[in-house]
Amino acid sequence: MSAREAAEAARVARHLLRRRRWRPLEIAAWAATLALILLVPSRALLINEILILGLFALSLDLALGYAGLVSLGHAAFLGLGAYTAGIMASRGLADPTLGLVVASLVAGLAGLVTAPLVLRGTDLTRLMVTLGVSLMLGELANRNSWLTGGADGLDFTIGPVLGQFPIDFAGRRAAALYSFAVVFALFALARRVTRSSFGQSVQAIRQNRLRAGALGVPANRRLVAMYGLAAAYAGAAGALLAQTTQIVSLDIFDFHRSADVLLTLIIGGPGYLYGGLIGAAIFVGLRDALAGATPEYWEFWIGLMLVGLVTVGRERIEAALKRFARRLRPAPRREAAP
Amino acid sequence: MLTILFDGVAYGMLLFLLACGLAVTLGLMNFVNLAHGVFAMGGGYVTALLMNRAGIPFLATLPFAFVVPALVGVVVERLLYRRLYGASPLDQVLLTIGLVLMAIPAFDYFLTDQPQQIHLPPFLQGRFELPGLTIGAYRLFLVVVCGIIAATLQVFLVGTRFGAQLRAAVDDRRVAAGLGIDVGRLFAVAFAIGSGLAGLGGALAADVVGGVDPNFPVKFLVSFLIVVAIGGSRGIAGAFFGALLLGVLDVAGKYYVPSIGAFVIYAVMVATLLIRPQGLFAKSGT
Amino acid sequence: MTSNRRISILAAAAALVAGPALADDVVTVGLIVPMTGQQATTGKQEQAGANLYIQLHGDTVAGKKIVLEVKDDAGAPDVTKRLAQDLIANDNAKALMGFGLTPLALAVAPVATEAKVPEIVTAAATAMITEKSPYIVRTSFTLPQAAAPMAQWCLKNAIHKVVTLVADYGPGNDAEKWFGDVFEKGGGQIVEKIRTPLKAPDFAPFLQRVKDDAPEALFVFLPSGQGAAFMKEFAERGLDKSGVRLIATGDVTDDDQLADMGDAALGVVTTHHYSAAHDSPENKAFVAAFEKANAGMRPNFMAVAAYDGMALLYQALDKTKGATDGDALIAAMKGMSWTSPRGPVSIDPDTRDIVQNIYVRKVEKVDGALYNVEFDAIPAVKDPYKAAKQ
Repeated sequence: MSAREAAEAARVARHLLRRRRWRPLEIAAWAATLALILLVPSRALLINEILILGLFALSLDLALGYAGLVSLGHAAFLGLGAYTAGIMASRGLADPTLGLVVASLVAGLAGLVTAPLVLRGTDLTRLMVTLGVSLMLGELANRNSWLTGGADGLDFTIGPVLGQFPIDFAGRRAAALYSFAVVFALFALARRVTRSSFGQSVQAIRQNRLRAGALGVPANRRLVAMYGLAAAYAGAAGALLAQTTQIVSLDIFDFHRSADVLLTLIIGGPGYLYGGLIGAAIFVGLRDALAGATPEYWEFWIGLMLVGLVTVGRERIEAALKRFARRLRPAPRREAAP
Repeated sequence: MLTILFDGVAYGMLLFLLACGLAVTLGLMNFVNLAHGVFAMGGGYVTALLMNRAGIPFLATLPFAFVVPALVGVVVERLLYRRLYGASPLDQVLLTIGLVLMAIPAFDYFLTDQPQQIHLPPFLQGRFELPGLTIGAYRLFLVVVCGIIAATLQVFLVGTRFGAQLRAAVDDRRVAAGLGIDVGRLFAVAFAIGSGLAGLGGALAADVVGGVDPNFPVKFLVSFLIVVAIGGSRGIAGAFFGALLLGVLDVAGKYYVPSIGAFVIYAVMVATLLIRPQGLFAKSGT
Repeated sequence: MTSNRRISILAAAAALVAGPALADDVVTVGLIVPMTGQQATTGKQEQAGANLYIQLHGDTVAGKKIVLEVKDDAGAPDVTKRLAQDLIANDNAKALMGFGLTPLALAVAPVATEAKVPEIVTAAATAMITEKSPYIVRTSFTLPQAAAPMAQWCLKNAIHKVVTLVADYGPGNDAEKWFGDVFEKGGGQIVEKIRTPLKAPDFAPFLQRVKDDAPEALFVFLPSGQGAAFMKEFAERGLDKSGVRLIATGDVTDDDQLADMGDAALGVVTTHHYSAAHDSPENKAFVAAFEKANAGMRPNFMAVAAYDGMALLYQALDKTKGATDGDALIAAMKGMSWTSPRGPVSIDPDTRDIVQNIYVRKVEKVDGALYNVEFDAIPAVKDPYKAAKQ
């Protein structure tokens, strides 16, 4: 490498390092969430639901927002993770951490295996293939009720987290704290990965695959890796869901789960990692409030808000939010050009 | 065996009618319209209500089942869809799912959530028993009607000037506009026709699928998408053959291997898309 | 200070003191049912049934005011569990009712056990549910309860060759197994066992198989909601004219849908625990009041189960003199018996499941509308699944 190339590489590395630094607003948001769980236990379960959906949406963000692969069947990985954790617990391997790790690995593996299917064809092809795979898995789960409990569902008891903190009715906060810890850790990891050279290369591939390939980036390999990671994250979300509720049933492969997570991510905005979590907070919060007010017709109001959101202009709202967020960032230091 | 084949063809024809509007919207306007099933449901309700509350005979309600959703389609297109033609597919998904979420409770509120049944006139009930083949009268009716509509559509697309303009706009919208074709009006008309056909399909399907109920759009969305995906979203010929294939495979699969059931169509779809990602009958290339 | 002011200060102080005491006199009951999604019709009937009981019997019992909180779980068990836990922890609910599907009831079982809150199942019908917690009581029914008598009726009426067709899920498998076991033990022959997919099935290919099998009767179990589509297809295939008798559990001729099914349903024989045409003064009053309160909607077995769930709770509170402790309520509920619109019912003290009459009915036209008219009854049927274990 020439001196000029080395200087350029160093500049990129410094830039990435700066982007990896945590902003005060971010730290405040995570701390506030933790405080909410500890101080308002009556909402702990709702926050648990938000965190799990947020993690699921985060996993879709990795696939869609970063790798540019749309999916209408992301629930396939959610379900794989959930059933893995559930089956393990019902067969005696009830430690939550173990279940979480194995579930993520199983889902991640499935992601790597199905990634080639997803790389072919157009967006419509991708939507249909992913949908088809999730529906097929649902059917398989239904057929093999000896393993999955079939339509009755699989109920089981989970061991205490780290051997100390049981997740049950008395330990409702424990469920939320467990989810918080897992989601935060996975988020931090994803944040690190997307702001690494690997993450940058994947985004480059998404923006212009031809150009990225011309630059020598092994496009397919990188996309497969990112998709596998996204699947593993979805599997972790599924494991959390199974473990904190101690039941898994066939509805986890349903189309509406994949549709809900897609909506959640779109509401929050793909491509900057927080979109999934923000979207989940909005979606679950709204749904709970509306369902409390009108248990039969709350869907109508959610639909109305979605239509309104799109007509007003999602991008305009996002741009406004980003402008606001930027104002709370420390002013970037100017670097002298080489 | 022949009976199953015939049943499969009838079911496939019905799927075609329901899904061809979606093929047009997707292929022509590149617009992901997940609310397509709402128009089908609307047509079904028009027929059910006219028959059950106003006593109008079945066949006479069918034109209304076409016209009412078509008109609604024009309004929706003008007000909402038009703004999002150039937008990202994600926005389109958001909008159309939002419309579905609004439509289901709205229909539930104004009507009831029990399926509305359609009682066919006596001459459409019954069956013809031939050696080795039973032909249900209504299924025969379906095959004939859908066949005529499919043929008409094809002639329309290929033989008329409007059809030619439509095909031109599908191939290259900018050039077509540059040639002076009113692409906006074209889209509006195409969307109206697609929605109207969906409505007619919904009315015809009501008897076969156990009545019209507010959950119809969600229940059948997957089937519509599968037809369009297998058939390719370029023209209606692909959707036609895709729907036939799907119908026959679904019915035959359930008859010969009932334990596998729905698995068959999903597996077939995934396999098809793996081999030919743009659909079985589309022109090669995107 | 003026006297007016003094009075208002005293009044405010009294309210402050009385406030917490008043809260003690409120009993919150959570009704968690699917109000949206594929099972929405269940939720609607259940809500109407529970509300009707409160409307007819007042909202006070044993000095307590009953507050019914209706929640939609959209059929997702993780939501059901959260709603249950929040109702108990935040709203101080003393009883939970509803549960439209088996996984929804199972999800809440550990919560009921830990929090010691009665879980009154008023919809789900898989037999093993009541075994999952000592705090579960059921007022709906079990599939074995309905399916086994159908097999006995067949044998009594010289039907020996049957094809079974059930929806492929828990209750369906229960129905297939219990009908099959009783029937075959009595010398009957099951020619084929068909299972249809649970979601949006097209019955044509399955009924074609039945036609090819040419049995004497076709025994069917389908979740309520699919009955109409099935009947239509049955008639369209010509099966009704071909000498194949249609027998089923009453879910297929659900009162909610029956009026709309058309003449294809005439003559279908079913076994079930409730018919809107049940000839008793209690039922006549129930149906009339229900239709009046719900714009002409006919009540079905889901509505009756929710109605009876409230009845059970009210009677238990009466017996415990208003004590809302879970153990006391469950103890009071065990062995409770009363006359429901469906007929005489009681709660089996050993299994906490419902014991009720199972009626054999035929679909006939009454005053121009289709009803399930009862022509035979098997009294006090206990759930065979648990009875076999004892």
